[in-house]
Amino acid sequence: MEKKLVWTKKDLLGLEYLSAEEIEFILYTAEGFKEVTTRQIKKVPALRGKTVMNLFYEPSTRTRTSFELAAKRLSADVINISVEASSVKKGETLIDTGRNMEALKIDVLVVRHSSSGAPNILARAVGSSIVNAGDGWHEHPTQALLDMFTLKSKLGRIEGLNVSIIGDIAHSRVARSNIWGLTKLGAKVTVCAPRMLIPVGIEKMGVKATDDLNEALEGADAINVLRMQFERDAAVAFPSKMEYFRQYGITTERLKKCKPDIVVMHPGPINRGIEMSSEVADGPNSVILEQVTNGIAVRMAALYLVSHAKKAS
Amino acid sequence: MRYLIKNGRVVDPANNIDSVMDLLITDGKIAEAGKDIKAPADVIIDASGKIVAPGLVDMHTHLREPGREDKETVRTGTIAALCGGYTSIACMPNTEPAIDNVKMVKTLKDIIKKDALTNVFIIGAITEERRGIKIADIRGMKEEGVSAFSDDGSSVDDERVLLEALKTAKKEGTIIIEHCEDIKISANGVINEGFMSTKMGLRGIPKRAEYERVKRDIELAKKASARIHIAHVSCKESVEAIRKAKQEGVGVTAETCPHYFALTEECCATYDTNTKMNPPLRTKEDAEAIKEALKDGTIDVIATDHAPHTDSEKDVEFDFAPFGVIGLETALSITAMELVEKGILSWKDLIIKMSLAPARILNIDRGDLKKGKAADIAIIDPSGAYVYEKEKIRSKSKNSPFIGWPLKVKVSEIFVSGELVMKEGAVISGS
Repeated sequence: MEKKLVWTKKDLLGLEYLSAEEIEFILYTAEGFKEVTTRQIKKVPALRGKTVMNLFYEPSTRTRTSFELAAKRLSADVINISVEASSVKKGETLIDTGRNMEALKIDVLVVRHSSSGAPNILARAVGSSIVNAGDGWHEHPTQALLDMFTLKSKLGRIEGLNVSIIGDIAHSRVARSNIWGLTKLGAKVTVCAPRMLIPVGIEKMGVKATDDLNEALEGADAINVLRMQFERDAAVAFPSKMEYFRQYGITTERLKKCKPDIVVMHPGPINRGIEMSSEVADGPNSVILEQVTNGIAVRMAALYLVSHAKKAS
Repeated sequence: MRYLIKNGRVVDPANNIDSVMDLLITDGKIAEAGKDIKAPADVIIDASGKIVAPGLVDMHTHLREPGREDKETVRTGTIAALCGGYTSIACMPNTEPAIDNVKMVKTLKDIIKKDALTNVFIIGAITEERRGIKIADIRGMKEEGVSAFSDDGSSVDDERVLLEALKTAKKEGTIIIEHCEDIKISANGVINEGFMSTKMGLRGIPKRAEYERVKRDIELAKKASARIHIAHVSCKESVEAIRKAKQEGVGVTAETCPHYFALTEECCATYDTNTKMNPPLRTKEDAEAIKEALKDGTIDVIATDHAPHTDSEKDVEFDFAPFGVIGLETALSITAMELVEKGILSWKDLIIKMSLAPARILNIDRGDLKKGKAADIAIIDPSGAYVYEKEKIRSKSKNSPFIGWPLKVKVSEIFVSGELVMKEGAVISGS
């Protein structure tokens, strides 16, 4: 299927800000790059001469590595910078850092930040492209894109699918980006969590909310299971990991009552025995490692498109 | 000097006047108001097509001096006030250090005497260092001329302390202004709790943090048989609590700010830190309730909560930016556009909310153009269209959510105590 669209966005800040056509175009572009990643020589010259900087204000190994590989396979030069958020408060401001990077002629800044909206603020202040690699509880657009890419490659479509997102919805940027992306492409989305972890007004984002796992699993074509971060805010709502697993953990027994070909996703890293059992994580329905592989192709597409954005006419 | 203001629409609700007439000022006071005054004058000002009103009174300004002169000073803040039509402002005591004792009041009075271009009334802290623990010297500060007491920026959390303060204020013939916020509920929130906080992934501030405290404070005022003034009301439930209390005869008055009826939480969508204030912008429903409350008299006053912060403080991540926006230069125009033009308030109502009512609540002899009163006058051009641009802001800080708005009301002349301090929209230098 040939798709044509003039890409006009210099930044990828979130899926809320993209149209269905734009989201589909990224997925389509990623399909082309997926093929590249399977070649003997996994490299194309699409971003040769461009510089991509991973500017990470929050620790991350997998997302940063995935972006780094994506940029390298496009022949871009890549620089990684990790900044301790605490030292930032005393030192250089986010905008000053961004302007310095722009002065260094960095073409694309891939930004991970603990504060929601930090990439939005940066995108207004600098001319370089900003790709959001996860900001606070706000968005993690490339994660949702790779989730959708994986889902589409497994089930052939997004439209009309029943997708349930299970876990700490309140503090999850992955949940928000998935909700925007999936609903825009016509999926029916249910979010499932203990009541205290379902944020106020989430239904207005076009989803059904429930605290009943059975309801979320019934009829689901796919589930996206979020990492429970008991060391953070989730602890207030659910003190015991064991109790969480008993009520919300995805187990083989629970999957038996679901559609047989239900797709099980997880953005990683998995807490085995907390949000899902090892049997499920390693089982036939799990696409967790495919997600990781697809992440590179999707991020190649994102980097490529923002670097080649045409001015909107 | 004798000034004669000709043919203006004099709006003077204290004397139930709203008609085209002349106004004569001699020796700093209102000498005469009437049609076709023929008396000789040194300066004649043609106010045809303009509104001649008592100068506005802002009962909620942060001047930041002493301590944070990088944000605002008495000089720059009062220049901004003049540009917005204000002849009197009352400054909040959350300076560094706080205005919580007689010595600090004297220090501030000296600065005001030297630098202020408008009348500046002082609000003293309720508790020492505004920490809510030990009551400050309310009696002493009152004797030194302080007009009201508030720990604004913080609520007085301990109700025994607030009750005692209310009783003291009553005895001393002054009032308590409460910043209503239960920080156990607002916690680390940065915007209104609701769809926007959920969508944007920001910590929410529930409306409950405000209205539960409003209800508590009303109860305490009732218990002390004292007057209380509720600062910056932002939500429907607070309005309802105040309306009910007024019906029951509790001595409660209340203010809101232009941003609470002109803007909603939707304005935060781009993470513009100039939309971050405390209490936060609420929903459309709340803004409508605020307008209704202004119309039916539940809310007495429109104040600015002018809260200057520097660009370097505001140009950061939304979570890290300080709360607050400036408002002295925009309050009149925003109120005229959002409430008068849309038929919610008349010009007379506006002058009541922005001049007469705050003057009466603070018990200062302003907001009144009766013969013999101090001639604090604003001449307002209601069709002076312009765009509010950052470069033209007179306040030292530029943190306004209204930058880029087309505004329609411009202040052309200002008299403070009978002296012309602003002419044709420009502050007269050396004044």
